[in-house]
Amino acid sequence: MLDDFLFRALLGGIGVALVAGPFGSFVVWRRLAYFGDTLAHSALLGVALGFLLQINLTLGILVICQLLAVLLFFGQRQKRLASDTLLGILSHGALSLGLVALAFMENVRIDLMAYLFGDILAIGTVDLVWIFGGGGLALAGLLWLWKPLLAITVHEDLARVEGIPVDRINWIFLGLIALIVAVMMKVVGLLLVTALLIIPAATARRFAGNPELMALLASLIGCLAVAAGLYGSFTWDTPAGPSIVVAACLLFLFGWLLPRREA
Amino acid sequence: MNDVSSLLELKDVNLFVGGRQLLQQVSMQLGAGEILTIIGPNGAGKTTLIRVALGLLPPTSGQVNRRAGIRIGYMPQKLHIDPTFPLTVKRFLTMSGKIQPAQVLSRLGEVGATQVFDAPLQNLSGGELQRVLLARAMMYDPELLVLDEPVQGVDVHGQSELYQLISRIREQRRCAVMMVSHDLHLVMAATDRVLCLNRHICCSGTPEAVTSHPAYLELFGPHAVQHLAVYTHDRSHRHDACIDCRAEDKHAG
Repeated sequence: MLDDFLFRALLGGIGVALVAGPFGSFVVWRRLAYFGDTLAHSALLGVALGFLLQINLTLGILVICQLLAVLLFFGQRQKRLASDTLLGILSHGALSLGLVALAFMENVRIDLMAYLFGDILAIGTVDLVWIFGGGGLALAGLLWLWKPLLAITVHEDLARVEGIPVDRINWIFLGLIALIVAVMMKVVGLLLVTALLIIPAATARRFAGNPELMALLASLIGCLAVAAGLYGSFTWDTPAGPSIVVAACLLFLFGWLLPRREA
Repeated sequence: MNDVSSLLELKDVNLFVGGRQLLQQVSMQLGAGEILTIIGPNGAGKTTLIRVALGLLPPTSGQVNRRAGIRIGYMPQKLHIDPTFPLTVKRFLTMSGKIQPAQVLSRLGEVGATQVFDAPLQNLSGGELQRVLLARAMMYDPELLVLDEPVQGVDVHGQSELYQLISRIREQRRCAVMMVSHDLHLVMAATDRVLCLNRHICCSGTPEAVTSHPAYLELFGPHAVQHLAVYTHDRSHRHDACIDCRAEDKHAG
């Protein structure tokens, strides 16, 4: 069955959606959407790096995302630039630099669309290992940090006074986000990574009275969006990544029509 | 430290951030069971002083000594919970460790807010939120409560109620309180000592001594005292000439 490209696509998509749910919830709670975008936009630079060093491209993306996460961590401590200005500079700077770097590599011909919008139908066994290995690692890390991360989300200083090592945990959390962004790239592409993080989480909000339920529902809604998007893509021959995001948006709208159960 | 009864001591603390001096030669001491109120205009460094005292911000020079092993309860100035974050009061109060619901209820009882036990945090009124924050600060039987503008976002009547509550908590628990306040008139009855801050300490002492101190009058204007008198008689009265006080009112309201 693993030979079937559609099955691999579904499996990879579901793996990504499962991870995106809990992380996406934190991205929404902590208002990190733009931050996630910035990491994702730097991915093209990682692709260039991968070609340059002749290493696995996902590994290249991972390295660049981690570097950018470090840069952002320190950048947000300075007070000269507002944090969204800083993110804007890094986000578009990294995306453009990636495009320019790839243009310089004359012997490299890549399908740019696959990186921008994902190439889920081309998911191979190695990609699946990345998705389930990397994603599983990220999810395990998030579970380990869950309680202190919730406390930090409520109020950083309050968490500090209560003895939580806030900086260390934020640091690890950003590293994990960088990891899942690199892993999610293959499925929805760098322009749509944030969409798959925040739309299922935002949809889940209306039906969840506590953080854990919201994270779980976000995962399930993400899986539903992946399945529906793939089906749509197959039926109407539309691009898979955007179809998944459209499905997620439709689920979000549908959620608004249902009676709310909100705490 | 020489004084064994002292919970917290700052010695010649200076703080520079980005070339600006936010605190200048600040020294203070807080003894067990004492209520100290820090007042001062906007930008005087009140919250900064609190953060330095808590160890959240290292001073550029000077010493900050907290008694070893001291249990501190902290009530931050603002709590921004994103509307997408599903969090009930119960969860908010149990999230810092192994706390039983019964303990949460007893703390909420102390601050008079048991009715919001199951309510989402985002739905609370200003006064309820402040009480819940106070309950969280009290969760681990602190020896020192550090309250950053505990009456923020509360109407005038609610403000004096909250100050009475803080004063009562101190008497029952015999803990020390260090708090920031915008205006002296409401807090007067609830505090032992006042520290008037404008980056440096302008004056300090009992509320009565501070209100008549020249440095206090210079900082808040002579109208502040007039305002104080007016306040006790007629809360709705506004002094057109008293620009400082009007600004203070707006902020508090």
